[in-house]
Amino acid sequence: MIRFLILRTLQGLLVLWLITMAVFALFFMVPSNVARTLAGRQATPKTIELIAHRLGLDQPIWKQYWDFISNAFHGDLGYDYYHQVPVTHIMAQALPITISLAVGAAVIWMVLGVFNGVISAVHPRSVADRSMTVFALFFYSMPSFFLGIMLLYFLYFKLTLAGFKWFPAGGYSPLSAGAGPWFQHMILPWLTLALVLAATYTRLTRSSMLDVLGEDYIKTARSKGLRERRVVYRHALRSALTPVVTQFGIDLGQLIGGVVITETVFSLPGLGKTAIDAINQQDLPVIIGIVLFASTCVVVANILVDIVYAMLDPRVRL
Amino acid sequence: MSTGSAEVDAPADVDQDVAGVAPRVQGRSPWLLAWQRLRRDRVAMISLVVIVLIAVIAVIAPVFAGITGHPPNQQYLQQGTTTAGLPVGPNGTFWFGADDLGRDILVRIAYGARISLGVGVAATLLTVAIGVVVGLAAGFFRGAVDTVLARFVDVILSVPFFLVAIALVSIAGPGLTMTVLVIGAFSWASVARIVRGQVLSIREREYVEAARSLGATDMRIMFVDVLPNVLAQVIVYTTLLIPVVIVTQAALSFLGLGLQPPTADWGGMIAESQNFYQVAWWFPVFPGLALLITTLAFNLFGDGVRDAFDPRSGRAA
Repeated sequence: MIRFLILRTLQGLLVLWLITMAVFALFFMVPSNVARTLAGRQATPKTIELIAHRLGLDQPIWKQYWDFISNAFHGDLGYDYYHQVPVTHIMAQALPITISLAVGAAVIWMVLGVFNGVISAVHPRSVADRSMTVFALFFYSMPSFFLGIMLLYFLYFKLTLAGFKWFPAGGYSPLSAGAGPWFQHMILPWLTLALVLAATYTRLTRSSMLDVLGEDYIKTARSKGLRERRVVYRHALRSALTPVVTQFGIDLGQLIGGVVITETVFSLPGLGKTAIDAINQQDLPVIIGIVLFASTCVVVANILVDIVYAMLDPRVRL
Repeated sequence: MSTGSAEVDAPADVDQDVAGVAPRVQGRSPWLLAWQRLRRDRVAMISLVVIVLIAVIAVIAPVFAGITGHPPNQQYLQQGTTTAGLPVGPNGTFWFGADDLGRDILVRIAYGARISLGVGVAATLLTVAIGVVVGLAAGFFRGAVDTVLARFVDVILSVPFFLVAIALVSIAGPGLTMTVLVIGAFSWASVARIVRGQVLSIREREYVEAARSLGATDMRIMFVDVLPNVLAQVIVYTTLLIPVVIVTQAALSFLGLGLQPPTADWGGMIAESQNFYQVAWWFPVFPGLALLITTLAFNLFGDGVRDAFDPRSGRAA
């Protein structure tokens, strides 16, 4: 176990290092015009040079990379090119929004996905099963940006026209300003993210449950005279959840990439939106910071998945 | 499967045993069996028809421009927008309505189908090609080759794909080729993993040993003896990958990182509609539906293909 953890951590660090190198190299392949943009329209070559010097852009690439890495080890990810704000500060401001989005959506998609999957599997080929399957496939195929705009159209625009101002058009209201407004601002983004992802879980839970319900120990449990509800939820669901948990870990790790679209549609200034803005401005320190953070999430999630897997399935040894 | 007729599922080697007695019994390859199962799957067949229809629309997109008399990028500011400058809804001239610049949405959707299908198929083929070669090599040679390749696969799978894809496209400059390359560069790892797993078990089979003892080269064994036996898995994965790729491409366009205006593509059209969805529902709805129908058809067809190759899995279970 300890050996496994050390090995995976080292491997994870290697991955992160490779990713920083790749991102750095990529951004230096194209000439940066950050200094020119910052200098303004009437800048002399001298001013541009000065700005480039101040940002360290005139240093050779390996020097810039070395500075970045050594600072990163001290928790300093540098300053953004445009306002000289620490990248860690920018990320710390965006993070609560992304976490709000991710956690709320995760709760919805897990409950919805697993519940629908169980219903489907317990009564295969029933009307409920068929409608759940159609429902799941529909949202599984649904592009999230289209779903987001449709939710806005019906639940924000049409309802507001009808006099029900339940949902705002977008933006964020921090939890510290009251749970009510926070909830109102988050519910449509949550649904957008969750409905699309829930579909995967419905399909996964259904097929996994169907497998498990055919096992001998389920017959044993039934023949012992246990109530069906207990058999389904205590005996079957427990082991059917293993692949679901794995998928959940993977999805949660990849979520920062996944929230980009949702945050864009609903103008939520979270990590995804911040990344898009930084990318459009070639604001390298911010991009690297967020990509690094997102990769760390993936790496950590993958390790956690392996550990949880070993806990759920005693046959797996780490 | 409720056909219940014995002849359909007859094992392929029947004809060898009873060839002289019952010449009418013919051997069926696994491919033929899969195809026969697929043909009986009504949902999959309807989806296939839908996919073919969309492909036809993409090919004959100029016909739509001809019938309506609206080229895809022509702006009809007079007829296409109201005096207030807002898009006009579906009517006799603009069947699916017009966008904010007075362009014909129907014609643009037809042209957009070219991009979605083109990128979807091209990027998927690239992904599968890289994945199969890497997976084959890793599984077949094992040892150091496998270790290096497997680690590399792990690295690729740890990359926050969408974020890095956005960053890459923004640096290298958006465009059709770039989109295909970026999607291909990050999606092959899961194909490689699947293929490697299969190859690891296949290479121990007796017929591989037989081929080797006959003096077959590694290349020959890999591509002639091993590859055909992983192909079924690869085909199933490929059909289910196409819709994912189509949505990814549309998402990149939606973020302004796909094709540049005025090229008509579905993701870009939905992005342009964001400021107008309140006054012009047809603006996001028709491109969105086009996208949804396409991905739905591919997913349903893909499910059918999977069931056909492995009848125990999926819906029929």
